Amino acid sequence: MASTNDPFQFQEFEEAGNLLEANRDATTISIEDEAIQTENQRKSGGLTAGGDDDEDPLAYDDKSELLSGQKKSVPFWTFEYYQQFFDIETHHVKERIIGSVLPWPGKNFIQVYLRRNPDLYGPFWICTTLVFAIAISGNISNFLVHLGKPHYKYTPEFGKVTIAATAIFSYAWLVPLALWGFLLWRNNKIMNLVSYSFMEIVCVYGYSLSIYIPAVVLWILPYQWLRWTSIVVALCLSGSVLMMTFWPAVRDDHPKVIIAVMSAIVVFNALLAVGCKAYFFSNPQPDLPPNSTAIEVQPSS
Amino acid sequence: MAAAEEASKPFAGLSDVSISEDIPVEGDISVPVGSSRRDDEFSTLDEPVKETILRDLRAVGNKFVHVLYPKRSSALLRDWDLWGPLLLCVTLALLLQGGAADSDDQGGPQFAEVFVIVWFGSIIITLNSKLLGGTISFFQSLCVLGYCIMPLTVAMVVCRIVLMGGSGAVSFAVRLAVVTVSFGWSTFASTAFLADSQPPNRKALVVYPVFLFYFVIGWMILTFSPSQ
Repeated sequence: MASTNDPFQFQEFEEAGNLLEANRDATTISIEDEAIQTENQRKSGGLTAGGDDDEDPLAYDDKSELLSGQKKSVPFWTFEYYQQFFDIETHHVKERIIGSVLPWPGKNFIQVYLRRNPDLYGPFWICTTLVFAIAISGNISNFLVHLGKPHYKYTPEFGKVTIAATAIFSYAWLVPLALWGFLLWRNNKIMNLVSYSFMEIVCVYGYSLSIYIPAVVLWILPYQWLRWTSIVVALCLSGSVLMMTFWPAVRDDHPKVIIAVMSAIVVFNALLAVGCKAYFFSNPQPDLPPNSTAIEVQPSS
Repeated sequence: MAAAEEASKPFAGLSDVSISEDIPVEGDISVPVGSSRRDDEFSTLDEPVKETILRDLRAVGNKFVHVLYPKRSSALLRDWDLWGPLLLCVTLALLLQGGAADSDDQGGPQFAEVFVIVWFGSIIITLNSKLLGGTISFFQSLCVLGYCIMPLTVAMVVCRIVLMGGSGAVSFAVRLAVVTVSFGWSTFASTAFLADSQPPNRKALVVYPVFLFYFVIGWMILTFSPSQ
């Protein structure tokens, strides 16, 4: 009996699919239909919206389905829930890093690279790499500046790793959280066509930090002009990636809100870069022996 | 119909079996001796303590040899233990003491910091490889990552010996060479064991965190400077 049931079910599905294909405008409430609608919404909201949307919608849907993989809704305490954020391959990570380093006008990072498949691999390891890169290159630059000075005694300054980790991880999590909350609130007030999920925002922020890794390594060389140039270059690149990504999300909003959001994004980015440079590459005074400084400083002050 | 009835009462047929008295019942009904003897062989209840400890030490030593010659064998993966990683981690953390950390607050890594970096680092790398879809188990991965610190621990011993001679440019060059070689060795050895468990298009994603992990440990060893 059970074997005769199967063909019936299969035909039923096929029939529904045919119906959906035949009259696309009919208001059938199904998950696939919703997915197509949101996809069209995203596509029309993005800057890359082209004519191919109308020409071959099914092909696009197929492609996006294949790329995004199967999205099962699993509860957040299971291992599989987190596995979906690591469903990524080497060439995806390469493309995303390159996409975050080289902003191209009209290329929205979330819509071009993430395609509804935000990952946590890139943000996490980019942040970790940046933490150690800042701590280590700050230490090396300190050593190079004081090289040859008689009273300088080299120390690894390992405590800087903790401070760098706190600064960078809080930037990469708290700013997206605030931005996500703000966009959610604005979305309730004004219907925006584009809305980003929290993971997508975290992903963009994580990848936008990748340009700072080579910049921080450049800061080893003790030339102030080089450091400021690399800060400005990195700031322009990562700032423009962030701006272009969040532009569609706030485009329909009030001009004041647009300016506020965009300037907040850039200011926080600049704050992180300049703060890191000021704190980790400040080259403090060479360590004099503690006894002599205490004797010399106290009478004068 | 008969078959269905039989299925509903699985042992119904057995009740009909009767052994007529004229057929002699024969057979060996003793408990199989061979298997119990094999159990005795593996039983460790009545062996001397020395043998127990030596067997464990031999297993640990055997894994050290596997790290030194990272050929693709599954011995390091099959029976994992965390004794070796603990031993190596404690040795490394102890050797990193007595440096600038004692005199300066902004000094080298403290004992606890080394411990946290080694253990949390390997746990995070393991979680990362599991999340990426690796087929290796959690403790197997911890075991491999822990055992592969060995070249770096050896480098730490060499560095301390070199530092006794002095801390000039030559000593730094020697230490740099030693740490670089052992860092490469550690990464290569752990990759030989870990990368096989991954699909080929994700290998680089698993290897990179391992590389970063050993790089940071190598950095800690290289920057160790004893207090004068």
